[in-house]
Amino acid sequence: MTMAEGTTAKEGTGKLVHLRIKRQDGPGKADTIRWEEFNVPKLPQMNVNSALQQIQKDPVTTAGKTVAPVVWEAACLEEVCGSCTMLINGKVRQACSALVDQLAPNGEVITIEPMSKFPCERDLIVDRSRMFESLKQVKAWIELDGTHELGPGPRESQESQEERYPLSRCMTCGCCLEACPQYSDASPFIGPAALNQVRLFNLHPSGAMHKNARLESVMGEGGVADCGKAQNCVEVCPKEIPLVDSISVVARETTKRMLFGWLLK
Amino acid sequence: MAAKSTIKSEGGKVRRVIVVGGGLAGLMTVIKLCEAKVPVDLISLVPVKRSHSACAQGGINASVNTKGEGDSPQVHLEETAYGGDFLGNQPPIKGMADAAPGIVYMLDRMGVPFNRTAEGLLDFRRFGGTLFHRTAFAGATTGQQLLYALDEQVRRWETTDVTDEHGVSLPGEKMVRKFEFWDFLQAIIDDNGNCVGCVAQDLKSMHIKHFPGDAVVLATGGCGIVFGRSTLSVICTGTAAAAAYQQGACYANGEFIQVHPTAIPGADKLRLISESARGEGGRVWVPKDKNEKREGRDVPEKERDYLLERMYPGYGNLVPRDIASRAIFQTCFHEERGIYSTITGKNEDEVYLDLTHKDEKFLRGKLAGILEIYEKFAGVDPYKNPMKVFPAVHYSMGGLWVDYERDAKGSLRVGSPRNHSTNIPGLYAVGEVDYQYHGANRLGANSLLSCLWGGMACGPAVATYTRNLAKSALDLPSSTFEKAEKRALADYERILKQNQDKKNAENAYRLHQELGDTMLRDVTIERHNDQLEKVLTKLDELDERVKNVKSTDDSPRVNQGAQFVRHLENMLVLARVIAQGAKDRDESRGAHYKPDFPKRNDEEFLRTTMAMHEKKGAVKYVRELDYSLAGANVHVTDAVDTTLVAPRTRSYEQAGAASAAAASKLDTKQPQSAGKSA
Ligand SMILES: Cc1cc2nc3c(=O)[nH]c(=O)nc-3n(C[C@H](O)[C@H](O)[C@H](O)COP(=O)(O)OP(=O)(O)OC[C@H]3O[C@@H](n4cnc5c(N)ncnc54)[C@H](O)[C@@H]3O)c2cc1C
Ligand code: SF4
Ligand code: SF4
Ligand code: FES
Repeated sequence: MTMAEGTTAKEGTGKLVHLRIKRQDGPGKADTIRWEEFNVPKLPQMNVNSALQQIQKDPVTTAGKTVAPVVWEAACLEEVCGSCTMLINGKVRQACSALVDQLAPNGEVITIEPMSKFPCERDLIVDRSRMFESLKQVKAWIELDGTHELGPGPRESQESQEERYPLSRCMTCGCCLEACPQYSDASPFIGPAALNQVRLFNLHPSGAMHKNARLESVMGEGGVADCGKAQNCVEVCPKEIPLVDSISVVARETTKRMLFGWLLK
Repeated sequence: MAAKSTIKSEGGKVRRVIVVGGGLAGLMTVIKLCEAKVPVDLISLVPVKRSHSACAQGGINASVNTKGEGDSPQVHLEETAYGGDFLGNQPPIKGMADAAPGIVYMLDRMGVPFNRTAEGLLDFRRFGGTLFHRTAFAGATTGQQLLYALDEQVRRWETTDVTDEHGVSLPGEKMVRKFEFWDFLQAIIDDNGNCVGCVAQDLKSMHIKHFPGDAVVLATGGCGIVFGRSTLSVICTGTAAAAAYQQGACYANGEFIQVHPTAIPGADKLRLISESARGEGGRVWVPKDKNEKREGRDVPEKERDYLLERMYPGYGNLVPRDIASRAIFQTCFHEERGIYSTITGKNEDEVYLDLTHKDEKFLRGKLAGILEIYEKFAGVDPYKNPMKVFPAVHYSMGGLWVDYERDAKGSLRVGSPRNHSTNIPGLYAVGEVDYQYHGANRLGANSLLSCLWGGMACGPAVATYTRNLAKSALDLPSSTFEKAEKRALADYERILKQNQDKKNAENAYRLHQELGDTMLRDVTIERHNDQLEKVLTKLDELDERVKNVKSTDDSPRVNQGAQFVRHLENMLVLARVIAQGAKDRDESRGAHYKPDFPKRNDEEFLRTTMAMHEKKGAVKYVRELDYSLAGANVHVTDAVDTTLVAPRTRSYEQAGAASAAAASKLDTKQPQSAGKSA
């Protein structure tokens, strides 16, 4: 039986979407960097992700050359997993929530590049493993005694939940690192995303029991002091995490720890 | 006799279990294994933090009874069994319902920012198929928050050393080793029929490698992409389950596919608007007048048909999903009373999901995550306008068949190696990829729970299994592994090379679209045997045409083109299991509805559909099977254990109908009107 056929995006709208994409064959292969252009059929409710999917169905450039389809990362397609982060018209964001109608209302060219602060794996895919390593460095977890039944966790006020929840929505996408002038694959700066995790876990009553270890993990080289307070990070965070606030909280706490830590030993 | 050391092989290497998949089910299994001192290799298509579980919005069920309504695990069990139209084995459901409060407390201790009551306790909201506030939630991104909490705990295990029997650390060996961006290709099955590892492919270097493991757990999630577009992540192709099935694992209840009533269309995905929207008071309606052309917000109250409240006064907007989807389908498709579109000039198959009567601050605190999705992707402000939604494929109740052991109280005996074991000894399955907990229809917010509870049952089961193994996989002849690896490599090379010079070769992505269109049209809400027959013929055709597919990519790095060919071949196999199962089941039960057989038929069909792979293009259905575990033979049949809640007719017109215990407590009074503001 037909289900919602009327609303499936089977046929195109007759219009085309024009994509200009920066490609690279593999890590370290700077010699293979090139731009390729594609015209793909425009579908209703189209985003950049589905535009890239159209290339898979017919991987021919505007110059008429058949090429391998562009590769990129994608999973959730609703801006919650962080996979599909790339530069779209120069701005770092998720391909799944980048709507074609908004980017190119009159059929303008859409430019797509991989993020520049991470090593390129191929085309639009970069290696963000450093972000996950940073989570180990700052011990972004609760020191749980075990998963056996021990009753509920600590009570929490609605206010405190409202403070923690937004901080906890970081999807490790890397937008903030891409935008941060202090962060690069050559610099040791840990970057805003991990610093926000320090704040998040230090806010939780059980997490706070290991607060100092977390603060100390961002006190040395590449730590919170390397932030130049440029605020670029907060402007690009798709989850609107108050990164600059988080960084100042962590900076204040580390300063306190540095000044008084030895007294409390 | 068990091997000498549970930590090291005879050759002195660290013994490991392989967990494939790091969604909620996989991660929970990993944690339980680590706590049982079993080191793990964790393999995943994507960094586990990006798994599909991140998409879950609404919440997780647990009968904590914070609101003093008289909810209890017993009621949860009854409503889950009833909601699943009695096709679910009840002992595992009982185990899950009993454990649920403890599971939510554990998540709370992990730091999940659950919403709170004024007193600082966990808040609960309503969900479908129950009248109780049973669903704990963190805004409207609960799955993301739960996934992150488990991901953090697993990261902690990644930094923890393996210790030997004397508690001495083994240098360089961590409890968890992650292999992210790896695709599971096949299980490795030794000459005795035991699973002793798997072969996987690194999706960056495309390197194919075997992983010896004392057991393998598949926690690879659902298969919504078989239907083209669905509410699932684009990685949920079901490829791993299909591969295991072709190696002899039984696939159960494949025909039970949940269609969620409320999603929004998109070119690449049908994005879900969670049931929590209705749990918080959202109302579904269409204009009474078929010729209504005004915008939704301009249609006056008395000219609206709140169809679910009208048809099902007892549960209203919170009837189970199969029922809501059918009602919407009936209204839009058969009665043509959907919403008028100025673009197409006709009524589209859509209904309104309306939250505009609720206070904006209340909505932001509880539903911001999903309302953002609507705003972003539909481009309309849902605080001011009723949302336009339609049904979309959402969840697979079916999956790899898994066993369980019943204890004296009728629950699942934790620690039994049978729990979550497939019929291939040493191969386990857990999470959406298994078929165990939801019968013919899953209740909302029961899936996250079944994933976590499944992991809590699966981890100890695997630990028991490996502890009793006579020999570690690491001590088996290397030829077993090399053979499997070679086979996988040959298969990959076939995909890379086949049809490269062929003119008019097929494109895998376009074939996938054809597959999706067929499945979506004829194997979802309403199923007719003549159409299913055509679907099967179409699948025959696609099976032929897929042989003419040429990989769009021949690159040695990140070759997504070749990878997709493999996934497509596997999707075709699952599609057949689903469609054939639907055709053979001449009754209506839960999500499986045949207008020509509108009634449930317990006499003939109160049984698990058990599909076995025969050869490409042929499914064999069995009524019983035998497998051997730890030297003992286990015999199972397709009978469903309904000893805890006796099957009765399922209907939701009357409040409290889903649970006898609830009905007496509730005095069958009307539930609170959905329109009330909190
Ligand atoms: C939009 C949406 C909202 C939902 N909301 C809710 C809700 O509110 N409450 C609720 O209870 N349920 C909800 N569900 C259902 C629930 O989210 C899923 O059923 C559940 O998350 C599945 O978890 P899982 O661990 O089984 O699998 P997944 O989270 O899908 O994880 C699968 C894992 O397996 C890996 N994998 C898959 N294939 C391979 C392979 N071949 N090789 C290697 N690794 C592989 C993946 O990388 C991933 O790590 C929702 C579902 C959707 C689609
Ligand atoms: S505020 Fe700090 S972290 Fe944020 S962009 Fe600026 S330098 Fe980077
Ligand atoms: S803080 Fe924001 S921008 Fe940075 S990784 Fe997290 S979600 Fe992305
Ligand atoms: S695919 Fe998950 S954020 Fe875009």
